[in-house]
Amino acid sequence: MRVPLSWLGEYVDLPEDVTLEHVHAALVSVGFEEEDVHLSDVTGPLVVGQVLEFTPEPQKNGKTINWCRIAVGPNPETDEADVRGIVCGAHNFAVGDKVVVSLPGAVLPGPFPIAARKTYGHVSDGMMASTRELGLGDEHDGILLLKDLGLDPEVGADAISLLGLDDAAVEINVTPDRGYAFSIRGVAREYSHATGAAFKDPAAALTPTTRSDFSVTVADAAPVRGRGGVSTFTTAVVRGIDATRPTPPWMRSRLRLVGVRSISLPVDITNYVMLETGQPLHAYDLDKLVGGLTVRRAAPGEHLTTLDGRDRALDVEDLLITDDEGPVGLAGVMGGERTEVSATTTDVVIEAATFEPISIARTARRHKLPSEASRRFERGVDPAVAAPAAERAVELLVELAGGTSDVLGSSFDESVTPASVFLAEDRASRLIGVDYTAAEVEESLLAIGADVAVVDGGFAVTPPTWRPDLTTDADLVEEVARITGYDRIPSVLPVAPPGRGLTREQVLRRAVSTGLAAAGLTEVFAYPFLSPEKNGAFAPVRDHAAGVTPVTLANPLDTAAGEMRMSLIPGLLETARRNISRGLLDLALFESGSVFFVASTDPSTTAPTDASTEAAAPGTDFIPVGAARPSDEVLAELNASLPEQPRHLALLRAGSTIERQPGQPAVQADLADVLDDVRVALRAIGAELTVRQGRHPSLHPGRAAELVVAGELLGAAGELLPALAAELDLPRGLVVAEFDLDRAMELARVELQPEPISAFPIATQDLSLVVGADAPAGEVLESVVLGAGELLEYARLVDDYRGEGIDEGSKSLTFALRFRATDRTLTAAEASEAKAGAVRLAGERFGATLRD
Amino acid sequence: MMSGTRSNVPEWASYRPNQPHLGTFGDEVETIGLEGEHSVGLLLVSDTPAISEDSVASAVDSALEAVQAASTVAELKAVRSDHVGEASMLARMNAGLRSLPNDQKAAAGKLMGAARGRVAQAVAAREAELAVAEEAARLESERIDVTALPVRRRQGSRHPLSLLQEKMADIFVSMGWELSEGPELEHEWFNFDALNFDADHPARAMQDTFFVEPVDRHLLLRTHTSPVQIRTLLSKELPVYNVATGRVFRTDELDATHTPVFTQIEGIAIDKGLTMAHLRGTLEHLARQMFGDEAQIRLRPNYFPFTEPSAEMDVWQPNAKGGARWVEWGGCGMVNPNVLRAAGIDPDEYQGFAFGMGIERTLQFRNDLNDMRDMVEGDVRFSEQFGMVV
Repeated sequence: MRVPLSWLGEYVDLPEDVTLEHVHAALVSVGFEEEDVHLSDVTGPLVVGQVLEFTPEPQKNGKTINWCRIAVGPNPETDEADVRGIVCGAHNFAVGDKVVVSLPGAVLPGPFPIAARKTYGHVSDGMMASTRELGLGDEHDGILLLKDLGLDPEVGADAISLLGLDDAAVEINVTPDRGYAFSIRGVAREYSHATGAAFKDPAAALTPTTRSDFSVTVADAAPVRGRGGVSTFTTAVVRGIDATRPTPPWMRSRLRLVGVRSISLPVDITNYVMLETGQPLHAYDLDKLVGGLTVRRAAPGEHLTTLDGRDRALDVEDLLITDDEGPVGLAGVMGGERTEVSATTTDVVIEAATFEPISIARTARRHKLPSEASRRFERGVDPAVAAPAAERAVELLVELAGGTSDVLGSSFDESVTPASVFLAEDRASRLIGVDYTAAEVEESLLAIGADVAVVDGGFAVTPPTWRPDLTTDADLVEEVARITGYDRIPSVLPVAPPGRGLTREQVLRRAVSTGLAAAGLTEVFAYPFLSPEKNGAFAPVRDHAAGVTPVTLANPLDTAAGEMRMSLIPGLLETARRNISRGLLDLALFESGSVFFVASTDPSTTAPTDASTEAAAPGTDFIPVGAARPSDEVLAELNASLPEQPRHLALLRAGSTIERQPGQPAVQADLADVLDDVRVALRAIGAELTVRQGRHPSLHPGRAAELVVAGELLGAAGELLPALAAELDLPRGLVVAEFDLDRAMELARVELQPEPISAFPIATQDLSLVVGADAPAGEVLESVVLGAGELLEYARLVDDYRGEGIDEGSKSLTFALRFRATDRTLTAAEASEAKAGAVRLAGERFGATLRD
Repeated sequence: MMSGTRSNVPEWASYRPNQPHLGTFGDEVETIGLEGEHSVGLLLVSDTPAISEDSVASAVDSALEAVQAASTVAELKAVRSDHVGEASMLARMNAGLRSLPNDQKAAAGKLMGAARGRVAQAVAAREAELAVAEEAARLESERIDVTALPVRRRQGSRHPLSLLQEKMADIFVSMGWELSEGPELEHEWFNFDALNFDADHPARAMQDTFFVEPVDRHLLLRTHTSPVQIRTLLSKELPVYNVATGRVFRTDELDATHTPVFTQIEGIAIDKGLTMAHLRGTLEHLARQMFGDEAQIRLRPNYFPFTEPSAEMDVWQPNAKGGARWVEWGGCGMVNPNVLRAAGIDPDEYQGFAFGMGIERTLQFRNDLNDMRDMVEGDVRFSEQFGMVV
């Protein structure tokens, strides 16, 4: 809401030397955030001039300019008139017309500084300004003639104050509970609360005339949420207006500062009164109305062409104003085109009604038609201001448009007095922590316009009609705290009971991220919005992965990226692409974050059946009401209705892990690096990685791994499929990994019984096994470990040999084995026996034979 | 260039130049003094002088001279062979002891022993000296340019938003508060209805919510971390002192000051007798931990459906670049009784406060960052500036 100071000053006393900063500070202290300031961009000298004579001079370019002599006031030195020669391209003026002249030194909005300048063979000593050049409107058909504004000021008079260009406005943010502050009336009252300055209620100064015989029928057959759509409806007829009269400069100036475009005098008047009182008004052309007005809900299939020229299919929940021929307005939102006031209108019906907020909010949202009127109705309009506002509009139409107030009109008022709220005497003190006196409480509430009765143990408070938001004692406490000032609230640090610190998962998650950063990776966060193609390329890899469907947003920012990510990898790829495009080629990135999907099969159940492969629609078809705890069953239902959203960890490496340096060749990042990164992360949570040969549709078919923890498949790692890398403008050989971090933490050990450390001597042996070339060495190693038994302390694959001495289709794997007993020195025979066990099991599993 | 002299050996070098390094002369040599000044010389082998004080001294002198003259370990080896070896003068004279009369053997033996001992000692000392010098020279030759060694391990970074989130959460955890997270994709009831947002209230529309398709199933991306507070109140025993951190979502296009995905920290305390003074005390404590002891909090009336009274919170940032200033930091207030009711808590018995602030905004004004995009784009150069410390 923008508030011109001149307007504010009409209803509350402002200091002589008032500044925008002062008004902002005052309003901030009572809860209106500072948004902006609005100043006229015109600085002087801007004066009233009179055309003495002009000579049209045709130019070579086909244009004709006027060389004018303009009187701009008395010359202080000669006592004669100060006459300037001015070149003007406009032709809409005559000798004797009074115009606005910007003299050299003036600055018009743009900024457009005015100086004496040579043009078309003359020195133009200033400029005659148009409405648009002055920032007063869009008109630029010619220069502004003051007679068109109904003005005949003295030559040489200051045009800045004449046109209201010396006014300025503060812009404040009005919170949605305070609809009344969308008016000068409301803001003036609040300024008075902040400063103690005297407030004059513009509504109190108006005594509505009694009018009758204009037919109004209220017939709301389908109230929204049980609330009738209209509680007051006032109409007043004004006849014989001249709708073509100019809107006076002071009104234009204020409307302009508030950000409302001047349209025509009748429309400007309804807007002006709305801004002043907070009451949205509508003006109908009486001659275009057929019969009286009826307020009702729309009928199925009904249409209305609104003022903006759009034909709107109406919903049966829409509240309408209709005449005998059909809808003439979308109540509280926008009027209809058929009964619009035009330049030829002479008789108007002013409507001032109080519409129910919810009904208006829904209609405005439904038709995507947020208007100045709907904004106010949604937040609640004072029902008591309707009739005075209508009267104020009548007054202005009479005064400015030459109309006559008519006895025709109507008044409907079924508004109810706000309910009284009990406020315990000590409630404010107990909630705020300030010892308010009973007098302070009472005075604060009186100040905001409430009726306060002292009752047993406290106060019975009837909020003012413009404060529908005050319905509970907590609301009243806020008013007391606000009016007495939040700066009175002391500072006391509460002592919490002993806490349990971070949870295991919180500690582990931090350890993972810190560990990865220490291992050289940079943490990044991508947006979770993906296109279906990108999302489909990396569905979660896990056991029972069949039947995973993505979650789609109803209103994504980018319709091409309307799915919620099922994987972190597309985001990492995009982040990598951005870095690479900026010349950062060597990358090691990780993200820890949620992914979203609906799984049709519960991982805890086995063998999915045909019936369960259909994804259950997430969410519920109901919302429990607020202000009451839903039953445990309902809460469980709400929770069960959420899609799965486990926290995943994803890693990416591209380019070199070690850059080329003196004595150090570059080392390219490869799958081994990201597998190590996964190990770092798993070690941080107390879990161990098992790598299995895998396949993934978006990874290199021969360079993809399954990531297994405690026997459960949790994710995948591999080299990005070269075709996909090319498509995404990414380098070949880029490696990624991702796994379900939440599940890994569940599978990780929580407690550990450490093995005792043996100091007995070690027995080392090498073991070379010949196996098929396709046998996964990691699994052969597993069989060696298992077969060797508990005397084996450590085993490592040290060589993979193929070639001479080894049959085609076979390979020789050499393992370094370390044996040790916990209770004795091993004999060579014992070590050899353990080794033989390893050979046996590897033989059973992989047909391994001891290499000669 | 440094010369290879010992004075240039760094003090921290761990070798000790005064200790002999070579153990080949370890044979115990007894030093025997001769009684009196008389000669015990007897010629036993034709070209071997007789053992006399003079002859022995002469052999010793020539040996010592050769030892001192040796400038490398190899030269010294030759000297040792010449003057101590089996064919050396001293060795040959020593061999002559056997043929001496018994009464002369003791004195001559003593003389020879002392002579051989002196020479052996000199050789050992010289050998140690030369070894030290040669080791020093060798190490010098192994010099590398330590300023040009390859960097093999990449330095990673946490994201400053994570670090700041953790830093702020830890301030509360250290006071006994607990930390929780919640689902980012929420049911509408937790995000709105439970928090006293009426279905038709403009405040609900002002949240710029991402809804999940189909919208009549009432799922959305949480617009604030407040649903976590409801979950906390529903699941934990009272009193509750809890903070929640996490990502939230609004349908704002990314620009210098907005991002559709951002991070919040939010706190709630529900206990008996908590007042707005406790709210101010808590926020002031947080502000001082974050911005120094001179930081202050200012509350301005505001509106949130889930608190009543509500306030906007400004912080006095004493060390801001460009001078101390008030900065808008977050929202707060006394928890609305309807919120307590939604969690099954009797508002006549318990009351408390809640507050929340944006982590991005906090980072923005704390570190004087102008462009939100730097925080969300994942350009590694941004996080690398922070490393592991925000």
